[in-house]
Amino acid sequence: MVSAAIQGNQEAEKQQLFDCRDAYAKALEDMAANDARVSVVINDSLSSAKMKDFKTKYPERFVNVGIAEQNMVGVGNGLANGGMIPYLCGASCFLTARAMEQVKVDLAYSKANVRICGMSSGMAYGQLGPTHHSIEDMAWMRVLPNMTIIVPADPVETAETMRYSLEHTGPMFLRISRIPVRKVHGDDYKFELGKAVVLREGNDVTLIANGVVVSRSLDAADALAKLGIQARVLNMSTVKPIDRESIVKAARETRGIVTAEEALAAGGLGGAVAEVLALEYPARMRMIGLPDTFAPTGTAEFLLDHFGISAEGMTKAALELVRNEA
Amino acid sequence: MKQTTQEQLNGPKEHAAWLSAKANWIRLSAMTMTNHARLGHTGGDLSSADILATLYMGQVLKVDPGRPLWPQRDRFVMSKGHCSGAFYSTLALRGFFPLSQLKTFMDPLSMLNGHPDRNKLAGVEANTGPLGHGLPIAVGMALAARMRKESWRVFVLVGDGELQEGSNWEAAMCAQQYELDNLIVIVDRNRIQQGDFTESTICMEPLADRWASFRFEVKEVDGHDHLALLQTFASLPVVTGKPTCLIAKTIKGKGVSFAENKPAWHHGVPTKEQLDQASRELGVEVTW
Repeated sequence: MVSAAIQGNQEAEKQQLFDCRDAYAKALEDMAANDARVSVVINDSLSSAKMKDFKTKYPERFVNVGIAEQNMVGVGNGLANGGMIPYLCGASCFLTARAMEQVKVDLAYSKANVRICGMSSGMAYGQLGPTHHSIEDMAWMRVLPNMTIIVPADPVETAETMRYSLEHTGPMFLRISRIPVRKVHGDDYKFELGKAVVLREGNDVTLIANGVVVSRSLDAADALAKLGIQARVLNMSTVKPIDRESIVKAARETRGIVTAEEALAAGGLGGAVAEVLALEYPARMRMIGLPDTFAPTGTAEFLLDHFGISAEGMTKAALELVRNEA
Repeated sequence: MKQTTQEQLNGPKEHAAWLSAKANWIRLSAMTMTNHARLGHTGGDLSSADILATLYMGQVLKVDPGRPLWPQRDRFVMSKGHCSGAFYSTLALRGFFPLSQLKTFMDPLSMLNGHPDRNKLAGVEANTGPLGHGLPIAVGMALAARMRKESWRVFVLVGDGELQEGSNWEAAMCAQQYELDNLIVIVDRNRIQQGDFTESTICMEPLADRWASFRFEVKEVDGHDHLALLQTFASLPVVTGKPTCLIAKTIKGKGVSFAENKPAWHHGVPTKEQLDQASRELGVEVTW
């Protein structure tokens, strides 16, 4: 009886869902306590970026520029010039798109020590629609020289990447989702920049995902296992610099690669993997993400399923590769 | 670090005359660079030369060419980065890099890009060129001084046409909200932008009222009067708790008769003959 109860609890914990913004906000407060350079700039995003507690604890290192993203990014450059390590925290859709030239010039070209925390990226805003979705941010950020891009998969990795960001030199884009996810990493997980994490071994097919899609890729691997297919699952949380070695290794050792992400696949993680494969080890692949389209109306969960950014979608794509279907 | 020159010891009028000669050298140096590269922005180089000379040679800015990244330095942001000819000439004159480097302006692989790059050249604080970037950056620098409890000041030189970029007004709202009295915006009010006069393009007046309505303390001076510029810079902050806007009334192409107040000289390139004429009119020679 006791044993069954413990198992039940463990099962419940496995399924518990987390908002990664909580982990990021907590990490920022912890970092600020130990490092006087840590500062925050928001664009009226006090609630959406979960910065109420930070503001209360560190008001002197907290700037609210109002609804003004171009200024926000410039202010980040100026703070870094003055020796601070600023975190620009706001909805990814506005922070990247509205201030794109500032991100290019003031951060990437300038090699400024600024971190962009793009909140509620992808289709997290669901029914609010394409104006509030940030499905383009991966392509936009990835094309910028000097920009480092990290898409954490769960609260553990979110906190870890935040801590890593303090050691990093140069501009960085962190994509923080509000879509509830379960933990895919143990609490002892250590983030390493540019290294994919093998979450599951397998030599039939490879699933490469990041962000909120990682837990779905594990579900796909479970489904494939039931069909006798062993899928390797890579969490590619660092999109830039991409882990070329893991990608080529997967292409050599498995029969094909499926990428899955909550973004436009062209230019995003899928594009990054395809570029490596085309040049270094041409292999069969499927790219799951948004095709060349804006999303229709629907909740985030609905939209992920709608575009096949789901266990079912990945399972189907993996089966095509394994069965040598076109 | 503070250099005391013979000219300064001689009194304010002599000092102004000395600064004027330095500014004219900057003018001719910038035109020589533009002649060399066959590219450049002569009109704005000439209108901003007196402001740059006063800031750097008049010992307004607390900077140290020997330690360009000295943490407590004053920050100067050349928001009108297209006037790199005047800016680079000023930095070299102040000793941030050898004068001979000016010869490489826009050459292949030169550190002297058409627009300044802080990662290539000592003394450059911000990568500018696209307009409307400098003021937001300057606001961040001023906020950083406050966060670090440091006393550095931030000077940013913007063009008047540049103020048509909305990002400036986002930054202005932020500066007043945070009461950044360690920030001074200098407007090079030469009344000409790339294609035409500012007032025939997008009217900038009443410019002083606009800045005042954004709760800046506004000063208007002759941007070619070194004493007036020095006096204003010596009185900062003009009002405690308020950022300052100095509208420097200037003449585009100032000091060279054929370029003065002519929109075509926004990015006009002087010929060798025109350089010689400019040298005679400015009363200086450039031999780097």
